[in-house]
Amino acid sequence: MLIRTAARRRAAATAATACALAVALTACSGTTKDSAQKDTGDTGAASAEANPDAALKKGLKLAFLPKQINNPYEKIVDEAGIKAAAEYGGTGKEVGPSDASASSQVSYINTLIQQRQDAILIAANDPNAVCGPLKQAMKKNIKVVAYDSDTAKDCRQLFINQASSEQIGRSLVQHLGEQIGYKGKIAILSATQNATNQNTWIEFMKDELKLPKYKDMELVKVAYGDDADQKSFQQTQGLMQAYPDLKGIISPTTVGIAAAARYLGDSSYKGKVVLNGLGTPNQMRKYVKNDTVEQFSLWNPEELGYLGSYAAAALASGQITGAEGEKFKAGKLGEYTIGKDGEIILGEPTVFDKKNIDKFDF
Amino acid sequence: MGMAPDTQTAPRPAAKAPHERGATPGERVKAVGLRWDSAVGALLVAVFVVGLSTTDGFASGENLAFAFNDIAEVALIALPMTLLVVAGQVDLSVASMLGLGSALTGALWNAGWAFELIVPVVLLVGVAGGLLNGWLVTRVGLPSLAVTIGTLALYRGLASVALGSDAVTDFPRTYADWAVDTTTIPGTFITYPIALFIVLAAATAVLLHSTSFGRSLFAIGAQEEAAYFAGIRVKRFKLILFMVTGVFAAFAGIVFTLRYGSARADNGLGFEMLVIASVLLGGVDFDGGKGTLFGAVAGVLLIGVLKNLLTLNDVPNEVQVIVTGLLLVASVLTPRVIATVVERRHRRAADATDATS
Repeated sequence: MLIRTAARRRAAATAATACALAVALTACSGTTKDSAQKDTGDTGAASAEANPDAALKKGLKLAFLPKQINNPYEKIVDEAGIKAAAEYGGTGKEVGPSDASASSQVSYINTLIQQRQDAILIAANDPNAVCGPLKQAMKKNIKVVAYDSDTAKDCRQLFINQASSEQIGRSLVQHLGEQIGYKGKIAILSATQNATNQNTWIEFMKDELKLPKYKDMELVKVAYGDDADQKSFQQTQGLMQAYPDLKGIISPTTVGIAAAARYLGDSSYKGKVVLNGLGTPNQMRKYVKNDTVEQFSLWNPEELGYLGSYAAAALASGQITGAEGEKFKAGKLGEYTIGKDGEIILGEPTVFDKKNIDKFDF
Repeated sequence: MGMAPDTQTAPRPAAKAPHERGATPGERVKAVGLRWDSAVGALLVAVFVVGLSTTDGFASGENLAFAFNDIAEVALIALPMTLLVVAGQVDLSVASMLGLGSALTGALWNAGWAFELIVPVVLLVGVAGGLLNGWLVTRVGLPSLAVTIGTLALYRGLASVALGSDAVTDFPRTYADWAVDTTTIPGTFITYPIALFIVLAAATAVLLHSTSFGRSLFAIGAQEEAAYFAGIRVKRFKLILFMVTGVFAAFAGIVFTLRYGSARADNGLGFEMLVIASVLLGGVDFDGGKGTLFGAVAGVLLIGVLKNLLTLNDVPNEVQVIVTGLLLVASVLTPRVIATVVERRHRRAADATDATS
């Protein structure tokens, strides 16, 4: 007994000393957030001269890296991009992880570097987790174009944005507001908690809701369906259980809106809850036709992939470097100009409803 | 108690003494030659050679550094997990502890703590997590599978509480550079996390195979009660194992955070399966009492190299998952099949000897 107590006392003393030492260490020479801020230098992306007259190189190798390989929306984007590559004599392929976690794209980037692709097009799951390998790729003269969901700005040369985030966020709130007469509780059904694009849109939605005309509309919850059909379905179910008097749901993700429509369409809430958001015509057609959903919007994902493909080719051919103000031709879509921070905006989102939905097939 | 009392606690073929008498030393060597861990080692070498000869870019030092560093955290956690499984236990909460370690690193960093202080605190949290697992298993007497399924959810939940959905990214270069895929020991393709793994793996191998502690783990895994009556402090040993596993998982959380430059609560989601798959692939028996650290390490490396090779050859992710799954099924099945075959041969040899004499 005596021995055990002594041993314990000794252990406690050791622990105390270690802690004191650690604290002392911190006080004199610790690395804290403030002290570390100084050493984050910039590796810089755009450096070479652009030659706007250069022809698109033949035989360019492009790789599309979506958030996850089975994301139906990104599949459309990637396939259109791969098709576009054939137009200018290049080849494209789509590779990627089966889950949309932060780190899962990293090993793919690493292998794409080994395969010496000419350009990587990425929809980032996490703007920073992919940064290291993307910088490594750019160092090896592999061009990096982000699409759909941006990386940190210094980790890619271009970002192809579907529409300005502000436009998307605000217009969804405007549409829903009109539909519910600017009155009642609303909720958002998003994808993952970390999706850069989703979160930016949601910020603009919240900002739009601050305007006086929305004073009778209340955002009660942002739910996350993780871009999984089943989870999005369950989240919708949960929303309706928690807020039976909910008037509207905005789901700015194609998986989420389809799952929400499926739930609402089969429940007593059909016709009582307005669902709006971003979806693809093929997924939403039957819900528009059976009056579960009146309207939704989206840009044309095929055009997004097409534009990304041409932008990557222009980079790899030296027509552009990613600097603001540079112009390039994107095949049948015509000329685009690079905006601030290497951002290229595809255009305004299209609103789909009963009248026009049959004109689209994607 | 062992992990799955229903199926595998029946006496193993090796324990059936009557048939053993016909086995010649030659046959025994042959049986050893069929050992699964050596087979996995050979498979690893084979995959490596195939990679070198068929795939552009595979042999480059940069790619090898990527391929191995990519599994650094899984490899680190696989070390204590091997000891746990040998002792007939399992810890499913390791990936959640990795996430908690990562989230805590981010949260404390955001709060302005010094990185040098964050590390020991995170490691202490790992110890505490392991202590809770071990306490519930040894003192409350719950099966480790059930306990760690619970703490799997608990630790991931705590991680979300600590950091929410934020991602903390601006870690000091002085430390981050040690973990990234591109920093290697000069002149080699060995990254620092992997170098650390090699050192720890060597130490763990000695611990498991050359110390009385290691022998005790095998004894506990094979027959816990017998081990207890033989004077082995079963509960104490298990408690220590869970604590060590907790601290390794928390440490892996720090490595993961620095390597990706991104602290998040959902980091390492699903890694526990990868760790356990690697250990089982290496021939460590899920029922406890059998296995080698060499096998476990070979299993981890095989999964890493195979994944890299398949990705380089544009094999779609779905197929990769299938390949890993098949390997795993094979790894659990093959040793059993071999054991049965060897057993039959022994019996036949024994029968033949009986007949002639």
